[in-house]
Amino acid sequence: MSKNRGNGLVLAAAVASLLLLLLAPSTLTGLVAIAAVGLTAYLRASMPVRALSLALLSLGCTLGLARGAGGEVLFIGLVAVLVSLITIPNVPGWIKGLLGAAILLISIPIAGFANSFLFELGIQIGIYAAMALGLNVVVGMAGLLDLGYAAFFAIGAYTWAIFGSPQANHFTAGGFPLNGNFFYLFMVLAVITTAITGLLIGLPALRLRGDYLAIVTLGLGEVVRVLANNLDHPVNLTNGPQGITPVERPPIDWFRSLMGSIGIHLDAKTDYQLFFYLLVLVVIGIVIMVNVNLGNSRFGRAWVAIREDETAAKAMGIPMLGTKLLAFATGAAFSGAMGVIFAAQRTFVSPESFTLLASITILGMVVLGGMGSIPGVILGAAALTILNIDILKSFSEYLNSLRQSGATVLGFNLANLPNQFEPAKYERLVFGVVLILMMIFRPEGLIPERRHKLEAEEAKEGS
Amino acid sequence: MLDALLQLLPQVFFEGLLLGFVYAMIALGYTMVYGVLELINFAHSEIFMIGAVAGVEVFRYLVPVIPNALLLLLIALVIGAAISGTVAVWVERLAYRPLRKRGAVNRLVPLITAIGVSFVLQDLVRLIEAIWHNEFFLRINSLPALEQSFSLLGIFIQLKSIILVVVSILMLLGLSYLVNRTKLGTAIRAVAQDMNTAALMGINPDQIISRTFLIGGALAGVAGVLFAVQYTTISPYVGFLPGLKAFTAAVLGGIGNIPGAMVGGLVLGQLETLAGTYMPTLTNGNFGTEYKDVIAFLILILLLLFRPQGLLGQVVKEKV
Repeated sequence: MSKNRGNGLVLAAAVASLLLLLLAPSTLTGLVAIAAVGLTAYLRASMPVRALSLALLSLGCTLGLARGAGGEVLFIGLVAVLVSLITIPNVPGWIKGLLGAAILLISIPIAGFANSFLFELGIQIGIYAAMALGLNVVVGMAGLLDLGYAAFFAIGAYTWAIFGSPQANHFTAGGFPLNGNFFYLFMVLAVITTAITGLLIGLPALRLRGDYLAIVTLGLGEVVRVLANNLDHPVNLTNGPQGITPVERPPIDWFRSLMGSIGIHLDAKTDYQLFFYLLVLVVIGIVIMVNVNLGNSRFGRAWVAIREDETAAKAMGIPMLGTKLLAFATGAAFSGAMGVIFAAQRTFVSPESFTLLASITILGMVVLGGMGSIPGVILGAAALTILNIDILKSFSEYLNSLRQSGATVLGFNLANLPNQFEPAKYERLVFGVVLILMMIFRPEGLIPERRHKLEAEEAKEGS
Repeated sequence: MLDALLQLLPQVFFEGLLLGFVYAMIALGYTMVYGVLELINFAHSEIFMIGAVAGVEVFRYLVPVIPNALLLLLIALVIGAAISGTVAVWVERLAYRPLRKRGAVNRLVPLITAIGVSFVLQDLVRLIEAIWHNEFFLRINSLPALEQSFSLLGIFIQLKSIILVVVSILMLLGLSYLVNRTKLGTAIRAVAQDMNTAALMGINPDQIISRTFLIGGALAGVAGVLFAVQYTTISPYVGFLPGLKAFTAAVLGGIGNIPGAMVGGLVLGQLETLAGTYMPTLTNGNFGTEYKDVIAFLILILLLLFRPQGLLGQVVKEKV
C-alpha cells in the first residue's frame, strides 16, 4: 500500500517538475527538480518508477539547460541524477549505463553549447575527479596519507607546459613550442616521469608510518612549489611566479571533421571544450578501470591488508615497500597525466595552482565522498568543485551586488560591509568545516566503500 | 669573499638563535600533544598564529594608553597566552574529543580533522580581521623602547631580541619543571604512557589532555606574541611555515622528548639562517634565500631516513 503511494508521489513529482522546467526553466524550477530527485532516491518506489522518474528529470534538466536558463542549478540537478543512479540499489545495469551515458554524452554537451561556463565546470570536475581517483588508490585503498599530491600534478603540468610553449627556448636550442601532436606523447611521458618521481620519493618516505609520511609528502609539496616559483634563475625553467603561457593544444582537425560528420558544427572555442570534456571522460574511464582491476587484484588486497593493520599484514608476508610503492606510483601517474591535460586546457600554468590547498582539496574530495569508494570519490570531486568554483563565487558576486545597491537590512547599510569579506576567498573555511564535520559524524564518507562501512559498524558495536 | 662571510657570522648566528627559540617554543606544543595523543596537531601552527594576531591587537589598542614598553609586552604575552591556550582547549574539546569518544577506527581520521581545524582557524582569523579592521595583513604597532639596540662583539642586538631569548628560556625551564617535578606533570606523563592504566589509577585522562592542550597552546601563544614583536608583519597564514618547521624541529630532536624539541629547534634555526644568508653568496646569486625552506625539508627527509627516532630520541618498541 505504502509502496504504491510512493510510486504515485515520485511519478507525480517527476512529471510536475518536468512540466515546470518546460514552461519556465529557472533557478527556482531547478530546485524543484533537485527536490524531485531527492524524493526519487528516498521514497520507497518500485524500480521501474524510479528509473522513469530519473529519465524524466534528466530530460527536463537537459531541455531547460538547452534553453540557456537556470544555469548551474539545473547542472547540479543532472549531477544529482547521476549520483542517484549510482546509489539507488536494484537499478538494472542497462538503465544505469544508458541513462548515465545519455547525461554525460548528450545532456552536458547540450548544456555546454548553451552556456560555455558549464563546459568549463564539467571539465574541471572531470580533472579533479580523475585526480581524486588517483589519490584514492594511495589514501583510500592503501591508507597512505599523501598531503603533497598536487606536486605530481604540477610535475605533469610543467612537463608539457615547458616543452609545449616557447619556454624551453630559454635553456635549450630553439625549435619550441613543440608541435601540438606531441601532447599525446607527453601524456605518456608525464605518466612515466611522475611515476618515477613517486618511486624516488616513496622509496625513502614509505619506510615511515602514517603521520611521518604525511609530513614528508607535505614538505615535498612545498619543495615543488618553491622550485616552481624560483627556477626562473639561474636557468629559466619555469618562468617563476608569472607562470608559462601560451601552452600549445593538440590540433583537433580530425575531431572537428568527426563531429561534422555526425552533424555537429562547432565554433573555434566550443570545439576545444567539447574535445577536452570527452578526453577527460575517456581518461576517467581508464582510471576507473585501473582502479577496479587493481582493487580486485593481489595488490588491491595487499593494500587493504596494510591499511587495516600494517603489522599483521607484514606478519602475513606481504612485502611492505613494494606494495606501498606501487600504490604511490600509480596515484602519482594519474595525477601527472591530468596535469598535462590541465596545462593544455588552460594554456596557462603557474605555481599558484599547486599549493597545499590544492592537495588538501583533492584529499577532501576523497574523504568527503568515501575513502576507497569510486562513485563516492567522483561525487566528492563534483561537490567540492561546484562549491568552490561556482557556489562560493556566485555568493560573492551576490554580496557585491548587494554592497553596490546600498540597501539597508535591520538598520545596517550593506554598503558598509567590509570589502575584504568575500565568500570566494574563504574556501579554506568551508573545506575545513566539511572535513571536521565529516570526520566526526560520517568518517566513512557520503558513499562508503563496503569494507569501510563494516569497519565503522564494528567500531560502534565495540564501544 | 671568505672574510666577508666570516664577518657576517656572529650576526647570522644570533639571528639563527632567535629563530631557533621561536621554533623550539612551538615545537614543545607539538611534542606534548604528540606524547599524549600520538597526534600531529596540525592546528598547533594556527594556535601560534592566533597568539601573534592577539599580540598585534593588544599593541594596536594599548600603545597609546600604556607607555611602558615592558609592562605592555607583559600584558600582550599574558593575553596572547590566555587566548591561544583557550582556543587550543576548545579545539581539543570540539574536534578531537568526539573522535576519541567514538573510538577512532583509523589513524588518518584525527589527522584529517587537525588539517580541517587548521584551515578553519586560518580563515576565521582572516574573517574576523576583515570585518574588524578591513585588512588582514597586520603590522605591529611596536614601541621605540623595544627597538632600542646596541652592538656587542659586532652583533647588532635589539632589546626585543633579548626579551625573546630570556622569556623563551624561562618558559622552557618552567615547562621542564612542570612536567618532571609536579603532580600535573606526573599525570601527563602517566597518560602519555598508557591512557587506560592511568585512568585506573584515578587520573581523569580527558582533564589531563585538556590541560596539556592548555599548556601547549599558551606556550604557542607566547611564541606568537614574541614572533610578532620580533618580525613585525603578521597574516592569518603566517603560522604554516613556522609550524611545519617547528614540527621538523620536534622530529629532529626526537618527537615526544622535551629537551629534544629545544635542541631540534635551535639546530634548525641555525641551519636555516645559515642557508638563507650564505646560499645566495655561495652560488653567486643563482639560488636565493627562498631555498632555505627546501633545506629544512631535505633535513627532515634525510633525518627520517637515517635516524627516525631523532637526535635525542630513543627507539620505541612498537605496540602490537
